[in-house]
Amino acid sequence: MAVVSTRAGRLGNRLAITAVILVTLVFLSPIYWITSTAFKPLVLATSVPPTVVFEPSITPFVKLFTKRAQLTAPVDPAVYEAAPWWEKLILDGGERLSRDGKGEIVYSAYPDRFINSLIIAVTSTVLAVSLGTITAYGFSRFRVKGEADLLFFILSTRMLPPIVVAIPMFLMYRAVGLNDTHFGLIILYTAFNVSFAVWLMKGFIDEIPKEYEEAALVDGYTRMQAFFKIVLPEAATGIAATAVFCFITAWNEYAFALILTNRRAQTAPPFIPSQVGTGLQDWTVIAAGTVLFLLPVAIFTFLLRNHLLRGMSFGAIRK
Amino acid sequence: MTEIQLRKIDKHFGPVHVIREVDLTVKDQEFVVLLGPSGCGKTTTLRAIAGLEGIDSGDILIDGKAVQDVHASERDVAFVFQNYALYPHLTVYENMAFPLRAVRQSRAEVDRMVQSVAASLGITGLLNRRPSALSGGDMQRVAIGRSLVRRPKAILLDEPIGSLDAKLRESMRVELKRLHVENGSTSIYVTHDQVEAMSLADRIVVMHEGLLQQVGTPDEVYRYPVNMFVAQFVGSPVMNLADVEIAEGATGVGVSLGGRSFAFPPALSGKLRDAGAHQGKLKLGVRPEGVLVAHAPQDGYVEVTAGIIEPLGSHDIVDLKVGDGVLRARTKSGFVPGPGATVWTRIDPGQAHFFDTTTGSSLGIRL
Repeated sequence: MAVVSTRAGRLGNRLAITAVILVTLVFLSPIYWITSTAFKPLVLATSVPPTVVFEPSITPFVKLFTKRAQLTAPVDPAVYEAAPWWEKLILDGGERLSRDGKGEIVYSAYPDRFINSLIIAVTSTVLAVSLGTITAYGFSRFRVKGEADLLFFILSTRMLPPIVVAIPMFLMYRAVGLNDTHFGLIILYTAFNVSFAVWLMKGFIDEIPKEYEEAALVDGYTRMQAFFKIVLPEAATGIAATAVFCFITAWNEYAFALILTNRRAQTAPPFIPSQVGTGLQDWTVIAAGTVLFLLPVAIFTFLLRNHLLRGMSFGAIRK
Repeated sequence: MTEIQLRKIDKHFGPVHVIREVDLTVKDQEFVVLLGPSGCGKTTTLRAIAGLEGIDSGDILIDGKAVQDVHASERDVAFVFQNYALYPHLTVYENMAFPLRAVRQSRAEVDRMVQSVAASLGITGLLNRRPSALSGGDMQRVAIGRSLVRRPKAILLDEPIGSLDAKLRESMRVELKRLHVENGSTSIYVTHDQVEAMSLADRIVVMHEGLLQQVGTPDEVYRYPVNMFVAQFVGSPVMNLADVEIAEGATGVGVSLGGRSFAFPPALSGKLRDAGAHQGKLKLGVRPEGVLVAHAPQDGYVEVTAGIIEPLGSHDIVDLKVGDGVLRARTKSGFVPGPGATVWTRIDPGQAHFFDTTTGSSLGIRL
């Protein structure tokens, strides 16, 4: 393609770049807002007009991981001197760390909730993508009786807004004892995602010429071996894209996690806002929790970026 | 030693009868070409032999053993696809080693076999490349290498050079022939290109609408086509076919074509009678090289006007207006000066074929 540089073309280019920058700024502004709040002292978090320039502090993160109580009397200078630097941050704010009977610091539930989120999101993503890939392969490669109807049925599970079934789900889960279990949320998120994974993966697998597998079959491999040695590597891009979407859905899910879990299996999304109203409304702690919560999705997407961008692998099939 | 036998193979795709009771024996070390237009069932037949397609009935025997219910991976045949089907995520070396890894050869053995096949194909320098970095011809060399490396019982090739450009196709054709001569592996080759079929095959199998039309050496198929389909499918330019009337005269037999009478030896009438030919249901077929052209009137020649001339360098193809029909003749280049020229022509009886219009079959008359 020849690029002809004209005055109008250059102007158009600049306009386009300006527009892209503006749109990007708009989309990034909430992320900036939450990130900056996570590093602000409490008084600046709600100041009007908002403070843009401030001295960042990690006090909100210390608060996020600990339980605290209001200081009722000025702190003993000797205790203050003996405290580590991060405890001083709390004491400076007029609070003290809660300690148990043995004098050990009591940590907040955030790390547990975060780990719950990881366990549930990762497991349900692995399950949804595996099941979706195998199902999509079956639909793509074999003549399945009633294929169109089955595929429509699978898609139709996405047509209902999930929250509509929240109450029945709650009752069912309570009846079978899945309430507040990791397993309960894992199968629920897998069920959400599997239909999406089937449709997305079918598109990718349809694109892989069946001659690849046929070549492997006549070369002495079983269909299963051909699937693992040829189809899976070829479908890597699709699997990566599907995994990112499934992971984001499971990671961000709020409504069912709120209804179906409360302690043991509670994930981070319902936990973070529950911090509002314990003591005072400390938005900086909420922001700190949210920022940490954003990281896994960002890292996961970043790691898979090559697959996401590469598109379908250009192969050695002539069409 | 590998012999492949097809016994009454039958196959439907839904309502379409793609293979109809096909019987065929491919002898050890033979190069057989399945030739036919697209949709004639040739590729399906090949895929059935490989085990990539099931059959409804009949037997497929490889070395006398029925394999129609045996999984493709157990049949020990290699398949070369038209689109090469090289695994894009593997290097050329790994692509070629792939079939060997299936049978768990030692690393040294794999390396030895890949290197030797790569050397015979002249692709040693490409072993570390990815398929996407290869030209069409090299991709096909790799695909053929992948099929040879395992020393399979037979090699099945599905239009392997069909998607290359004309020049490359010609050189690959020669290379395929050389490889077959060197390796002597039993090969079945599918193509719709009759030139490929003629130049490569020990025997050609012409298929049409799921039926075997004719099985024979290239020479037999070219010179003695059993029916009008084979006559017109094999050979370029296509054989002239025209309705003819037979008139018996004192000195010989006149075959009248487009209102003009061509002289044939007297023996023709007897042979036609023996073959059960019916007047009015007879077609004459003659290849352009069987239409003889002269500048001056000669005994037995008919005066005609030349129409369009296709100069092909080594020779010309000239349309001759015979009554309301056209006979295409092959002449030396420049032999006929131009369209509209008057020339004299006759049909070489030795190269004439007679077909029954109702059945389309050749009457088998050789003069």
